[in-house]
Amino acid sequence: MVAMKDTNVVQAAPRMGAAHALPPALSVAGLTVAYGEKPAVFSVDMTVAQGTMTAIVGPNGAGKSTLLKAVLGLVKPLSGEVRLFGLALSRARDRIAYVPQRASVDWDFPARVIDVVLMGLHRELGLLRRVRPEHLDRARACLARVGMQDFATRQIGQLSGGQQQRVFLARALVQQADLYLLDEPFAGVDAATEKAIIAVLKELQAEGRTIVAVHHDLSTVRAYFDHLFLINTRAIAAGPVADVFTSENLQRAYGGRLGEAQLAGGAVTG
Amino acid sequence: MIWQALTLQLGYNATLVALGATLLGIAAGVTGSFLFLRKRALVSDAVSHATLPGIGLAFIVMVALGGDGRFLPGLLLGAALSSGLGLLLIAWMMRRTRLSEDAAIGAVLSVFFGAGIVLLTVIQSMNAGRQAGLDTVLLGSTAGMLQSDALVIAAGGAVVLLLVLLLRRPMLAVGFDPDYAAVSGTNVGRIDLAMMGLVMAVTVLGITTVGLILIVALLIIPPVTARLWTDHALRMVVLAGVVGGLSAYVGAAVSATAPALPTGPIIVLASFVLFALSMILAPARGGLALIRRQMRFRRRVHRRQGLLALAVGQTIHEPFTLALLRREGLARADGVPTDAGRAAAAKALLDEARWAALRADPAHGLSASRYDALTRIETVLTPDQIAELDRQLPRPKEVS
Repeated sequence: MVAMKDTNVVQAAPRMGAAHALPPALSVAGLTVAYGEKPAVFSVDMTVAQGTMTAIVGPNGAGKSTLLKAVLGLVKPLSGEVRLFGLALSRARDRIAYVPQRASVDWDFPARVIDVVLMGLHRELGLLRRVRPEHLDRARACLARVGMQDFATRQIGQLSGGQQQRVFLARALVQQADLYLLDEPFAGVDAATEKAIIAVLKELQAEGRTIVAVHHDLSTVRAYFDHLFLINTRAIAAGPVADVFTSENLQRAYGGRLGEAQLAGGAVTG
Repeated sequence: MIWQALTLQLGYNATLVALGATLLGIAAGVTGSFLFLRKRALVSDAVSHATLPGIGLAFIVMVALGGDGRFLPGLLLGAALSSGLGLLLIAWMMRRTRLSEDAAIGAVLSVFFGAGIVLLTVIQSMNAGRQAGLDTVLLGSTAGMLQSDALVIAAGGAVVLLLVLLLRRPMLAVGFDPDYAAVSGTNVGRIDLAMMGLVMAVTVLGITTVGLILIVALLIIPPVTARLWTDHALRMVVLAGVVGGLSAYVGAAVSATAPALPTGPIIVLASFVLFALSMILAPARGGLALIRRQMRFRRRVHRRQGLLALAVGQTIHEPFTLALLRREGLARADGVPTDAGRAAAAKALLDEARWAALRADPAHGLSASRYDALTRIETVLTPDQIAELDRQLPRPKEVS
């Protein structure tokens, strides 16, 4: 209980900014999430300003995906608070879109590509409204944006890994959200897909939307993102990539594993 | 007699019963589809077995109050209450203990069913005569069914279908990607609960017709059958309704001609026939299609291997390969290639050489990944690209 009090004190800190400033797209305060009796994320504070593109980076098992899932309300935190655009999650759902890990679903499910994209409109359609031609047009436009327009009636089970990832992105695009939260969008996809996805994400940012992605490839952090959040159970460092992406910080996040991470991710300049 | 039953010529009562059973079958196939897509088909087994103690208790209470122990709405209410309790227990065990779902289902299913059988035995020793036929809830029977019973079942089936129509979108979304559905504001727990409620309703309605032991088949076999024919979720749901309705109709009609036959087993056998036929005949996922695809693949592999062996001057001894090449006139009975065989072998060798060159060239990463030792390079590259590739090859030797 004493520890809880400590985190509550920290909580007040990130609520900042003058009255005229935009509320942050995402603010997390004193967040602790545990599986069983092992904290995966401990007392993490995080603030993501609107219009930025942030990578959540850390070694395997560092709590990256857990942090994202806690933000989305998919796992229940032990303590801490999450705000999206200054609102509680239940009031901000219309403004966020989630791109889960591709491997988290069974692709043998009987559905076509267009059906999956239309699932992005379920919230808008509710229980009773019918799918109209304009909804189909929107879904097709989002497929075109990720280069999948020719696959609309294809069975999802027949897609390659990269194509599956593009379909998931299209499903999120059709929601026209302000904050996009992606879990390892580049994991196991081909180079062409990676290029296509990053192009779409940069377009979204140019439209003023906010991107937060769990990312594992150190070699592309600089090229893809403008903000970096380093985590290893606790928050290690956060801020603009130029300031945070240093070998000193990476050493603190990865510890003895930095050698491997560098080997896998290419040179890291300090 | 059976023909008359199937064409609804056995009188008003039998017709009504058959139509009620059909509606129930449709509702079961449709509801079961969503359960199947959520990968929780086994839960229906626990739901159905957990109805038995409720039925027994309801019977005892109604008799004790001086009523008719076989009053259907009363029995259904008892069944619903006890299977609801069973569902809650499963959910509680999974949340509070580390038991997996299948273990929790097994525990609840057997304990409730055991308790129910004990109650049925008690009832039998209670007061002879009035409980006659209560054990038909195990295997189902349409023999003693009243018109009012058939109407209750038909109305219940219609309500279930309406609710499924209303909830189809969130149920599908939760079945495909529960995390995404939750983030877009769907209350996954509540949708699962609603789905279980629908399954429970179908089970309870089906107790008198199909019987509680076999109702699970009517919830599972139709969706599995339908899945073989289509890759489209809503089409699958509709088709499962058709399979379920047809099976239930046949079962009820046949059992009307021979009252000694329990209805449930006939319904299950009818649906199994449809399943078995689909398993064999379905175009993409059926057994025949699968075998045909495998055989074609096997022939391609052997043909290619044989040609490449001929190209390096080996004779063919492997019987399957030899038969294949002989049928095409590419080799003689002693395994020596014919002229056509030599030409085909040279072509296969050239194809391999082109592939090798392609895979050695880093600029062609994407095309090179299409190599599977069988695909001909002409299907991947344009003639221009192949000509370009050929310039990198050592001059192919003349085929003597």
